[in-house]
Amino acid sequence: MADFLQQVVSGLATGGIYASLALAIVLIHRATRVVNFAQGEMAMVTTYVAWTLIDHGVSYWLSFVLTLALAFVGGVLVHQAVMRPFQDAPVVTAVMVTIGLFILLNGLAAWIWSSEVKAFPSAFSTRPIDVGGVVFSLQDLGVIAVSLGVVAGLFALFRFTKAGLALRAAAFNPATSRLAGVPVGRMLAAGWGLAAVLGAVSGMMVAPSVFLDPNMMRPVLLYALAAAVLGGLDSPLGALVAGLLLGVLLNLLGAYVDFVGTDLRLPVALAIILAVLLVRPAGLFGSVAARRV
Amino acid sequence: MTHRSRVKAVAGGGVLLAAFLTVLLLPGFVSDFRASELAYVAIYAIAILGLSIVTGFSGQISLGHGAFMAIGGYTTAILVADHGVTDLWTIPVAGVVSGVAGLLLGVPALRLTGLHLALATFAIAVAFPSVLKKAEGVTGGSQGINLFGVEGLTGAIAGVDVFGRHLTFNEWLYYLSWSIFAVLGVSAWLLLRGRTGRALRAVRDSHVAATSVGINPAAYKTAAFGLSAFYAGVAGSLFAIATSFVNPATFPVALSLTLLVGAVVGGLGSLWGVIAGAVFVQFLPIWIGKLPEIEALPASVREIANEPGIPSVAYGAAVILVLLLLPGGAAGVVRKLRTGL
Repeated sequence: MADFLQQVVSGLATGGIYASLALAIVLIHRATRVVNFAQGEMAMVTTYVAWTLIDHGVSYWLSFVLTLALAFVGGVLVHQAVMRPFQDAPVVTAVMVTIGLFILLNGLAAWIWSSEVKAFPSAFSTRPIDVGGVVFSLQDLGVIAVSLGVVAGLFALFRFTKAGLALRAAAFNPATSRLAGVPVGRMLAAGWGLAAVLGAVSGMMVAPSVFLDPNMMRPVLLYALAAAVLGGLDSPLGALVAGLLLGVLLNLLGAYVDFVGTDLRLPVALAIILAVLLVRPAGLFGSVAARRV
Repeated sequence: MTHRSRVKAVAGGGVLLAAFLTVLLLPGFVSDFRASELAYVAIYAIAILGLSIVTGFSGQISLGHGAFMAIGGYTTAILVADHGVTDLWTIPVAGVVSGVAGLLLGVPALRLTGLHLALATFAIAVAFPSVLKKAEGVTGGSQGINLFGVEGLTGAIAGVDVFGRHLTFNEWLYYLSWSIFAVLGVSAWLLLRGRTGRALRAVRDSHVAATSVGINPAAYKTAAFGLSAFYAGVAGSLFAIATSFVNPATFPVALSLTLLVGAVVGGLGSLWGVIAGAVFVQFLPIWIGKLPEIEALPASVREIANEPGIPSVAYGAAVILVLLLLPGGAAGVVRKLRTGL
């Protein structure tokens, strides 16, 4: 039992990482109907930025905050420079653009930082703590706290501030919002910025365990896509819940089902994506949209 | 036949003949190594042609065609290495196996919109290498399957004699790949120029309109996906023969994305464009690698060209710029030039 609880907690920690990236994907999909396949690579680049800051002697938490700020700016820039011209293009075209961005950012990271694998420090010690016979790692608890903290902050921003209302309005109905005086273009750019911030959190949280290299976010992206699809692609709450669930599920499967182990985690995520899309494309929390003919 | 269309037909025939002669005689003028590079162009062209059929004509986006190439490549590798089949005969088998897989995926794909299909096929591309690794009994796991020196691999060691002419392995590979590309390209052209192509484009542009004129969108979309997977499977088979070795890393996510780069740069939905796209993906890294030798360039450019990651930066930037500035790709540029004249 103790072992089981331990697996659940460490599953929640990786689940929080998946949920952050899944939320980033949902945020952009809600606003623009586009799935940003480059979200993982954007997260990877921001993690390299954090690594560079830390490498230059900046303290971990200062680097963390600076990286989030830079990620926001980077997300806005990517939207303005690359995605904005495709605002009215078919979704398929915009998706191809994000694939172009994916390849470009991957190459950029290899160019600037080389493909050599780098160790990324963790903010939390790996010291185990014992709570009534169950041994938790401080690292797992910290990762859970950071991911959920960022998600809560974002929720507060969307729910309780005027900017948040404008952001939601711009995503919900751009034409009406524009008439009501909401600067829709700027809000979409801000949405990309916030998504990049979420991605940066997931990158910095996952890097200590998978190590930093230009391809480190590929599996995380697939899990995040699975979580986003499972949660309904349009539902932030769905992405959060599905992300955490997926983290726990994959961890338990890995620990207790020999056949799955660590090799078959990606195919499990694939199976989840296919099953949800085929059986219930709206996911667990999404709403079924009527299709315009 | 009007005068105009007769001129067009003659011009088209002339272009085709010139292309045929170029492909036929080129190996006489280039090195053996260059011949193998050009063989890869044909292999990419076959796969991109498949992708172009499914994305350009039926409007479904696939980010997972590398996985279909893997199915074709492994089919060939297993048949040649484990069952002693001669490589040539495995090529159609590889195409059919992959095509059937495509049909199986094509049926559920009907329920998916463009975006969902992109998600599903991307997931396949990312997860497929793990499946290959796990199915160790059949695929050899991470070790992969070696074809070099296996009896069924034609001409790998001593070359081949064809019509009384001795060809090295690379020349053989070149003629084999380009012949297959020619056959598949002409078949695609015959299939897509008339009724079928029109029906597919109608399905792409409006499901409802297509249905109302009696086209069955489901049948056409599934068939397009299956056909496209067949092409990818054939390309994968040739790829396995060309590299004489397959393992899960032979068909990475990057391969699927590279095919999309080629399709976009060449121009989606154009049959000539696929050659341009294939040349682009095969030679861009090679050309970039040559930049440092050009003395006229500024030192900074020559230094950067050798850095790792630069080819990917160029691929990615090319996709974005082409979609932004030349949505028709290379084929679109040619079309514009022709109508402009």
